[in-house]
Amino acid sequence: MTIKQQIFSILISVIVFILTIDLVRKKRLREEYSLLWLATSSAMIILILRYDWLLALTKLIGAVLPTTTLFLGSILFLILLSVQFSIKISRLSDQVKDLVQENALLRYEFEKSAGTQTVVPGPKTQQPADIK
Amino acid sequence: MSDTIIIIPAYNEEGGIGQVIRDIRKANPDIDVLVINDGSVDGTAETAAAAGAMVLNHNFNMGYGVTIQTGYKFAYEKGYRYIVQIDGDGQHDPSFISQLLEPVRNGDVDFAIGSRFLWFDSYRPSFSRRLGILYFRKLVTVIIGREITDPTSGYQAFNRDVMKFFSTDIFPYDYPDADMLITLNLAGFRIREIPVRMYANPTGKTMHSGAKPLYYMIKMTLSILVTLLRNRQLYRR
Repeated sequence: MTIKQQIFSILISVIVFILTIDLVRKKRLREEYSLLWLATSSAMIILILRYDWLLALTKLIGAVLPTTTLFLGSILFLILLSVQFSIKISRLSDQVKDLVQENALLRYEFEKSAGTQTVVPGPKTQQPADIK
Repeated sequence: MSDTIIIIPAYNEEGGIGQVIRDIRKANPDIDVLVINDGSVDGTAETAAAAGAMVLNHNFNMGYGVTIQTGYKFAYEKGYRYIVQIDGDGQHDPSFISQLLEPVRNGDVDFAIGSRFLWFDSYRPSFSRRLGILYFRKLVTVIIGREITDPTSGYQAFNRDVMKFFSTDIFPYDYPDADMLITLNLAGFRIREIPVRMYANPTGKTMHSGAKPLYYMIKMTLSILVTLLRNRQLYRR
């Protein structure tokens, strides 16, 4: 790995690390989602600084170049992130479903007790069901 | 309050829902009718209420499965003993409601499903739809071990036990037809098919159009496989 490659990789990893901490600090990113980012950028920094570890890892996975190992790590990280988001979206969809149902039942009770007819105009915005 | 409720999921059915409700009420004057308006952008809610139905409103369009489950939750909370589920587009002949309810009321079965193929003069669906139904018929028949001729039928009646079971997270709200039957079978509910008359959809509107049927079949098959792979403890009542 050339010195240029090392400096560039470390720079990117450090920027990602600091940006993540800053977003969590400003409450724009939840701790829950920051862990994966922090872990990946830390691992990248360690592997670049401890070049012998990177070489050992490269040998272990059967890659030819150490940079391949780093790229592979990045792709793995993106896959994990997507899986994490898919799980979260599934859970959010379930929660939205429960809220919409609960709201429908409560609105019925409310309108019944208020004596108003359960007639309301349709929603202004539409969300197709197959977005779920 | 009647001990039975008819639930009708509806999405943009302003044109036909009023007549469907009037036909149902004419054939079954003592049964309560509930329309679950799934975020329609037309006057479905107003038309249904004007025809004398109770109306629940979803804030936005959530899909068929979520809509019928809202109905189950309402019926369960209100203490109804039986549910009849019927489509709001006029495809299901409401004069068969009593036949569908009878075995459930007698306690012979927990879940009755209306089959268009057991009734002599129901309409014949299009070739591609028949092919899809045939596929699920074979699949469901093999999995549950007995013949189900119309596994995608939305014309159903069931008791409070099923209502309670389907009000939980186990309800397969993404694809509540063939998957629903397999789930019921795994949970040990007694299922029976009843001959009913179904008409062709008068509006011509269908959820199965274009390239969607194939996509639907693949996703549904996957959903069934996952259902079979789940821990059986989940299906304990």
